[in-house]
Amino acid sequence: MSSDDQGILWEVFIQVKAGRPYKHIGSLHAYDKEMAMKSARDLYTRRNEGNGIWIVKAEDIISSEANDGEAFFDPSNDKVYRHPTFYKIPDGVKHI
Amino acid sequence: MKNELIDYCLRLGDSSLILSHRIAEYCSKAPILEEDLAITNVGLDLLGQAENFLTYAAELKGDTTADLLTFKRREGDFRCLHLVQTPNTDFAFILARQFLMDCYHQILFSKLISSEDETILGISKKAIKEVNYHLDRSNDWIKRLGLGTTESNERLQNAVNDLWMYTDELFIDNSTDIAMNKNKIAPLSSNLKSDWLEMVESALKFSEIKIPQEIRYSLRYGKDGFHTEYLGFILAEMQHLPLLYPDATW
Repeated sequence: MSSDDQGILWEVFIQVKAGRPYKHIGSLHAYDKEMAMKSARDLYTRRNEGNGIWIVKAEDIISSEANDGEAFFDPSNDKVYRHPTFYKIPDGVKHI
Repeated sequence: MKNELIDYCLRLGDSSLILSHRIAEYCSKAPILEEDLAITNVGLDLLGQAENFLTYAAELKGDTTADLLTFKRREGDFRCLHLVQTPNTDFAFILARQFLMDCYHQILFSKLISSEDETILGISKKAIKEVNYHLDRSNDWIKRLGLGTTESNERLQNAVNDLWMYTDELFIDNSTDIAMNKNKIAPLSSNLKSDWLEMVESALKFSEIKIPQEIRYSLRYGKDGFHTEYLGFILAEMQHLPLLYPDATW
């Protein structure tokens, strides 16, 4: 093993409690799935941060490119009517 | 009986304490960051177990605390096993020592969760969850190193060869074991041996590691207060600050 061979890069997602969405929390290096799961447990849940872990190989994530920015995102800049902010929310409604 | 119970708590507490100290010495030196954090986590779990057992020992003794037992006690009054005193060499050695202790802890705590002593039962119930995970990790590494490269297999084999002579002590009964067993507080140490051997041998065999033969064991044991030459140095480092600055706080 060369000194810089730390294995594959994985991205880690944690669920805080049942029913809540998994959120990206960080990444780690590991040689395979089993080691990735153990390391994720040790790195990211040891302070009771969650009760569910998802792990994805970083190379399997399809990501938008930084230079896609203009065509991808700019057109939505000036379309405020796409935000649901023109309604009055009744007092009884929660979780919005 | 009370003295034997104190002695037994010191054995469990001191063994976890000294192993956690050895792991703490290794902090920042593991081959990769992820493993460094993982092994340090194990050390912290062990420190927690040590604190629980030493707090109970201190309560039984009266007029002392877990901190005083840790930082103001003489070498000859420690009851830790020789296995945990062995100095760190390489990653294979640290994981092999951990694996041998994890198997021992797993078998021991799975018996202690039916102890008639409620405090020992309570501590063990919490500890067994931690220990199951420790064993899962170290067992995994035994396979990875044993079945990895020629070098990793060789390093693991050397570690097992060097450590084997200290495993005998785990299963020696002294007067404390006999008193604990009689009062249904803990099993005889000798009763743990066959389960331990089966667990360890099958894992090592699977990982293509040979069980050392014709080993000479220690004549005297840490559980009786006779220690390896290493313990004095560990305590010198661990205790020098509270001895020099008795009022130091943080």
